[in-house]
Amino acid sequence: MSHSGMSLIVREVTKLVTGFIALYAAYIVLYGHLTPGGGFVGGVILACCFILTVLAFGKDFADRMITDAGAKIWDVFGAMLFLVVALVGYRAGAFFANFLPHEGNFRLFSAGMIPVCNVAIGIKVAACILGAFLALSVFRPGQVDEEKE
Amino acid sequence: MTDVLPVLYPLLGFMVIASVIAIEAKDLLSTVISVSAAGAGLAIVFLLLGAPDLAITEVVVEVVSMVFLIRVAVRRDDTTYDQARDMFNVAAGLVFLGLIVVASVYAFRWMKPFGAPEMTMSRPYLERAFTDTGAANAVTAVLLDFRAYDTLGEATVIFAAIVGAYAVLRHVGRKRDVALRNEPHS
Repeated sequence: MSHSGMSLIVREVTKLVTGFIALYAAYIVLYGHLTPGGGFVGGVILACCFILTVLAFGKDFADRMITDAGAKIWDVFGAMLFLVVALVGYRAGAFFANFLPHEGNFRLFSAGMIPVCNVAIGIKVAACILGAFLALSVFRPGQVDEEKE
Repeated sequence: MTDVLPVLYPLLGFMVIASVIAIEAKDLLSTVISVSAAGAGLAIVFLLLGAPDLAITEVVVEVVSMVFLIRVAVRRDDTTYDQARDMFNVAAGLVFLGLIVVASVYAFRWMKPFGAPEMTMSRPYLERAFTDTGAANAVTAVLLDFRAYDTLGEATVIFAAIVGAYAVLRHVGRKRDVALRNEPHS
């Protein structure tokens, strides 16, 4: 049914577009402390990029390249990074204390730990939503009978 | 803030109409599209009220949820929902709607006028966001510095949800693997 993905046009457009979507997601995450956006939105956009790839190239490609094991690992990594930032802040004074230099100068490296937290949350949300999509679409109940035949 | 009100009321009416269509439509695909239309209206409302963070979030989450719903719910075999409406449900819904309207008339009398909220808690956050955290985006400053503990709880909720989704949905895939592997001697 959807094992081989979509048509040639969709695949070629996906090849062209996914890099720009990922770049936009990286921009939204990294500049979350200066412009509207942040970790959650950027993570969802990055997950959109992966979901588009999975939808366009089908289940076989998803099994090879974008696995649910990878989604789990990145999910845990993002959560752990966020928690490690919080705990290092605890070491420096209070839980979630802003331990890095954080003077406001409208630069990319300005707000101390906030960009680090944004990156952690972005990784975590992207992995979460991609994992939910893979769990809902790849392991579907109707698939068992389909593959036995 | 009052200059956006003439645009705001038609948008809110559009959202209400889209929600009613989403409830009343017999086809699941129409329901999903109507929900997404309501979400798009909400995103424009956020944008008009000066909340671009929320507008971006709303648009992106709405797109992802529409893909999810179409992929998961609509591509089943039976996509039409045709069931006779229960009169008791309709009556109970109308009664509770009337109660909510009456209660909100009393409640809204105590609220500040639209666009001029009472900012006892949030005013220091807005005033000190840039000098204390260095983040030009005050929303991010509140999310990740002043109220970072809440964000940690939010991340935990997402994590628990995804673990639950894996635990429920993974069952089918694992049973298929085990069934294929143990077929000769079981």
